[in-house]
Amino acid sequence: MGLWLTGYAILMFKIGVILTGVLLLAAYLVLLERKLLGRFQARIGPNRAGIFGLLQPIADGIKLLAKEDVMPRGAHRRIFLFAPAVVTGTALLTFAVVPMGPDLHLGGRKIPMVVTDMNVGLLYVFAMASLSVYGVVLGGWASDSKYAMLGSIRGAAQMISYELALGLSIVPVVMLAGSLSLVDIVQAQAGRPFVLVQPLAFVIFFVSAMAESKRIPFDLPEAEAELGSGYHTEYSGMRFGMFFLGEYVQIQVLGALTAVFFLGGWRGPFLPGPLWLLAKIVLVVTAMIWIRATLPRFRYDQLMDLGWKFLIPAALINIVITGFVMVGI
Amino acid sequence: MDMTVYAVFFYIIAALIIVSAGMAITRKHMVHAVLYLVVSFLATALLFYLLGAPLLAVFQVIIYAGAIMVLFLFIVMMIRPAPAGERSLTAGRLAAAFGVCGIYVAAALVLAFMAAPEAGRPMAAAAASPFAFGFYLFDRHWLAVEMVSLLLLVALIGALHLGRAGRRNQSERKEPL
Amino acid sequence: MRKWVWIVHSLCTGFYTTLKHIFRGPATELYPEYKRPLPARSRARIILTADPDGRERCVACYLCSAACPVDCISMQAAENQQGRRYAAWFRINFGRCIYCGLCEEACPTSAIQLTPSFEHADRDIMKMVAEKADLQVNHCGKDGNYNFYDHAGVADAFRPKGGHANEAPPVNVRTNMP
Ligand code: SF4
Ligand code: SF4
Repeated sequence: MGLWLTGYAILMFKIGVILTGVLLLAAYLVLLERKLLGRFQARIGPNRAGIFGLLQPIADGIKLLAKEDVMPRGAHRRIFLFAPAVVTGTALLTFAVVPMGPDLHLGGRKIPMVVTDMNVGLLYVFAMASLSVYGVVLGGWASDSKYAMLGSIRGAAQMISYELALGLSIVPVVMLAGSLSLVDIVQAQAGRPFVLVQPLAFVIFFVSAMAESKRIPFDLPEAEAELGSGYHTEYSGMRFGMFFLGEYVQIQVLGALTAVFFLGGWRGPFLPGPLWLLAKIVLVVTAMIWIRATLPRFRYDQLMDLGWKFLIPAALINIVITGFVMVGI
Repeated sequence: MDMTVYAVFFYIIAALIIVSAGMAITRKHMVHAVLYLVVSFLATALLFYLLGAPLLAVFQVIIYAGAIMVLFLFIVMMIRPAPAGERSLTAGRLAAAFGVCGIYVAAALVLAFMAAPEAGRPMAAAAASPFAFGFYLFDRHWLAVEMVSLLLLVALIGALHLGRAGRRNQSERKEPL
Repeated sequence: MRKWVWIVHSLCTGFYTTLKHIFRGPATELYPEYKRPLPARSRARIILTADPDGRERCVACYLCSAACPVDCISMQAAENQQGRRYAAWFRINFGRCIYCGLCEEACPTSAIQLTPSFEHADRDIMKMVAEKADLQVNHCGKDGNYNFYDHAGVADAFRPKGGHANEAPPVNVRTNMP
């Protein structure tokens, strides 16, 4: 019983650390994005709250919390209230399987640096991604507003389409690692990160993951110019904040997964594992901000063409080639 | 009868499945019905996980809850079906429905017990690794897998053909690159 | 193939362009720390100027009030001992003013003028109502040497008839008799 309790306490501690870290990082990624985007556009970005604007996330948080939580008349109350939690919740849950570093040994106990090492970890990630569609679809539908509705329909179509490419692009990685567990995938990259062996898979994964997280140039579901702000047009206060937070947690998930699948996860010389993972996440996020600063939004037909006519066939061909090479060797 | 933690979880999840499935078939509002069905699928996935089939659990979430039900929701949202009016279920119809279900369940149970007499015993918590599952599937049942995949391919080509047929008459839209 | 070269090329150009801007440094001017000198004719807070002799220019003709699209100027005309019209009181509600400058254009005496000073926001809307004393200044504003009474042809205590610019002294009509 004592052993069980210790295990339980360690688990809770790990969850607490990861949740705090992820939420804090999400807040500061917003700042990073605003700062970098400012620089890309020859601006400064937020610099008033605290030195270099470092307190800006806190100010934003207080602002969002203090704002009125408006619900449109005609909205489906319970679904409307519930939808933002789906987006944030599924994104946070994904972090349960992301390995943060090598196993620790404390007082004769092996403590893995991951909340849970599932043997189907990779599929669990996809399960969470596919559930996050509900947040978008239900949020838009329950708002009882045509802009939100259009946004959520676009969101559903986009996320379902790119989930396929996302899943297929990662198959070669699974073939190389011989396991669906994220811990094993990181272990398999001890020699070289998979991005060197699978550059095409990396590109496909990155593009479709960006589409999954609905960022520019894939931000059709929240296209400001056409739809107000898409599926979360009607949300205000902290409920909007949940969507916003969810988006940035999703970006982190994307960074972490890119790191785990292609960049060697927490592996790296000199620095401890979690720091390497953090560095890689920030690297991926920076790349995404650069893309956001550069590319305009896709048109709907271009979006579908890219997904169905380019990414999916390319991913399939990549799988076949990888198979042949692996059998040949 | 000893109640392990697993057994407690099993009964909670089973109750959740039955209640949400019941809600799904009794809701008037289509979207609510779909959502209850999603809850039921998620609970089923939990049950699979509890019984030591994590792969099946994850597939249940990805495919049923994540893809098929999203498509359902998508369609329901797009076509906005008029809410069904009072469709009174008379006692006779209700009885007929329950009768059919009862017979079906009874038949399934009988068949299961006949095929594997040990099915009545409580299941020991076992875990099937994805590796073992995949090996079993493609080693023993490769023919069935191939047949199913062929069927899906035929459906895909059929859908492609139907999609093309509508567009053939229209002049090809030239896309300025 | 040409298409692909084109795609890659245009992507690279785009990413290079944005990257360049990171090193270019921001073009932002930080406002309260650095206040850009505004052009003299930019339109913000309104003043009532004085003529080169230091007397008030406004003759309370109501033209600015009539021209104002949001009706934020009000006044009452009066006449002083020297025979000049002036505004007994003059009020601009800056809470309504849209700084369009039409009052300035309408004014025949160059009295009412807009200035570049724009920092007069307030939380209390009643403080946005400016009375004549708040508006009056003792310089000529943008129009340095214009004096309406030099041209008006109105006789007063300072300029008798014929004392104005381009004006001949008054003629005794009776001496012109043939
Ligand atoms: S600037 Fe325009 S709005 Fe303001 S007082 Fe003059 S005429 Fe009226
Ligand atoms: S138009 Fe000029 S002179 Fe006439 S009332 Fe207005 S400020 Fe005075």
